[in-house]
Amino acid sequence: MSVTHASSSTTGGTTFSPPSGGLRVRLRRLRWSRYGLVAIVAAYLTWSLVPVLTAFLFSFNSGYSRSIWQGFSLRWWTGPASVFTDPTYYDAIRHSFLLAVLAVLITVPLGVSLSIFLSRWRGVTSKPAAFLSTVPLVVPELVLALAMFFLVTRLLHFVPLGTTAQVAGQVTFILPLVIVITRGRLASIPIGFEEAAMDLGASPMHAFRLALIPLLQPAIVASAIVAFAVSIDDFVITQYMSSTAATQSVPMLIYTATRGTATPSLNAMATVMAVTTVVVTGLGYILYRFVARSEQIPTIAREEVPAVPVLGEGAA
Amino acid sequence: MYPRRYLIALGLPGLIWVAMFVTVALYALVAIAVGGVDPLLLTPVPAWNPLHWSSSWLTSVGTDLKPFSGPDWVVFQRTSIYIAVALAGSILIGYPVAYYAAVCAKRSKGLILALLVAPLVVSYMLRMLAWVGLLSPGGWVNAVLVPLHIVPSQFDWLSGRPVTVVCGLIYGWIPYFIIPLYASLARFDTRYLEAARDLGAGGLQTFLHVTLPMSKQGILAGTVVVALPMFGDFFTNGLLSGVGSTAMVGTLINTYAQSQTDQALAAAGAVWLTVFLAILLLPYLRSSARATREVAR
Repeated sequence: MSVTHASSSTTGGTTFSPPSGGLRVRLRRLRWSRYGLVAIVAAYLTWSLVPVLTAFLFSFNSGYSRSIWQGFSLRWWTGPASVFTDPTYYDAIRHSFLLAVLAVLITVPLGVSLSIFLSRWRGVTSKPAAFLSTVPLVVPELVLALAMFFLVTRLLHFVPLGTTAQVAGQVTFILPLVIVITRGRLASIPIGFEEAAMDLGASPMHAFRLALIPLLQPAIVASAIVAFAVSIDDFVITQYMSSTAATQSVPMLIYTATRGTATPSLNAMATVMAVTTVVVTGLGYILYRFVARSEQIPTIAREEVPAVPVLGEGAA
Repeated sequence: MYPRRYLIALGLPGLIWVAMFVTVALYALVAIAVGGVDPLLLTPVPAWNPLHWSSSWLTSVGTDLKPFSGPDWVVFQRTSIYIAVALAGSILIGYPVAYYAAVCAKRSKGLILALLVAPLVVSYMLRMLAWVGLLSPGGWVNAVLVPLHIVPSQFDWLSGRPVTVVCGLIYGWIPYFIIPLYASLARFDTRYLEAARDLGAGGLQTFLHVTLPMSKQGILAGTVVVALPMFGDFFTNGLLSGVGSTAMVGTLINTYAQSQTDQALAAAGAVWLTVFLAILLLPYLRSSARATREVAR
């Protein structure tokens, strides 16, 4: 184990100086380094999230600017040329959701059943198949997008660029994520459950439906959440597989319009998308917690390591 | 055990899908990269038959990217420098954050985790859109920095500033760095820290000799997870700069791909990039395989 390796190298290489200062000094130093860490985390979270809030804020700007505040108004939410009246914006929102729903509906069954095959099949094809299905995770998305673009335009002429190709591309991109999630779960489900069901007279179909699928529910829900979020967020593949303006998704529209003279309606559209995605994934997470908690099946109990009392802790 | 035909029926749709959209697709990419040109339309034609392969596109892009003398070498060099700096920045910022969330946080852990994942749920493009607003000449960044005389009035962050592109790369990809690092650090057994302290190690010594070696795999995993998309990233650059002087390899491939007649160059570039990344990834794959073996032992 790497851990033992690490500790043996420390004892071998250097000699430690005796602890400097008393316990009180050391505790105080520990507390300061903890404050330092808290400050870094707070600064990071602020830097990471506050800009997003400013993008939301500018959707309420009363002027045309997306960078200079000119007062509060709802014109980009309700007025003419606002997010819900300008077809460019609401078509993009609708198309993004269409792609996400289709991607989830195809990827989850496809990925879950492929995962069951990969985990339960004992044959020579299993390992290469498992490797190939994770290739999209280890090549840049641009390379995969280009490859699928050539596939669709040069070979699969029955898959037209546009919604069909976009869904196919997203499914390919999301499939490995579903497989990683589901196989992780399958690894903790002993094959014994299904065998017991079949020994008790269930057909393989019943064993599958009554024993395996309920156990896989948390993985299925988690896969659906991830598939939805990744589909909504996807830009490169969706862009390469697109055809006309009718197949423009929200990330594509943001990419083309951001450096242009788009109005704050663009920010309003982005806000609509972000809020919906957060709500949908949040609801999905609640469902996940519910499914994961309500399951009754005993998994292999993990050995709880008893906490070792630390000398000095009682004295402090 | 299930009868074979049930399992095959379960696996077949997925297997066909992967065979087509991953294997054949990547073969199509190679076929274009080693293919010919339609004499009338001047568009690339794939060479499906290995006997018809020609290396002209690959050598053409290869000479352009040739170290030190090729005209596009500077692009490759720039890409590597930008990504190296962005990775260093991601580690410096991301490591303490992931460490705190995984090891130190107690009651606030759930909240911190939710906030760390939030950027993944809020779309990448929206996060870039936010910065384009803030960094524009009349935006709020200049509203703070101009009065402090840090930058001149009407300073344009958004045309050809390497610092903007690198910060954009860090900002965009760092959540994807922190999550795998967090997952790796969450398995961190804090009793090793106690042990180190009991054996007389100071804070810095404990960090250098215990914490850091135990975080190595997590840092490596996070670095690989963000380095891969950074090498194919053209959109961060396109949104935050859009000027040739900051173009990266991804920009180059994307530009070629936009033109019907240059698409073979895009394919050749993608093949070169994949080969380069495979070589770059080899040490990581070997070290992670070694770590897995050690854990299994």
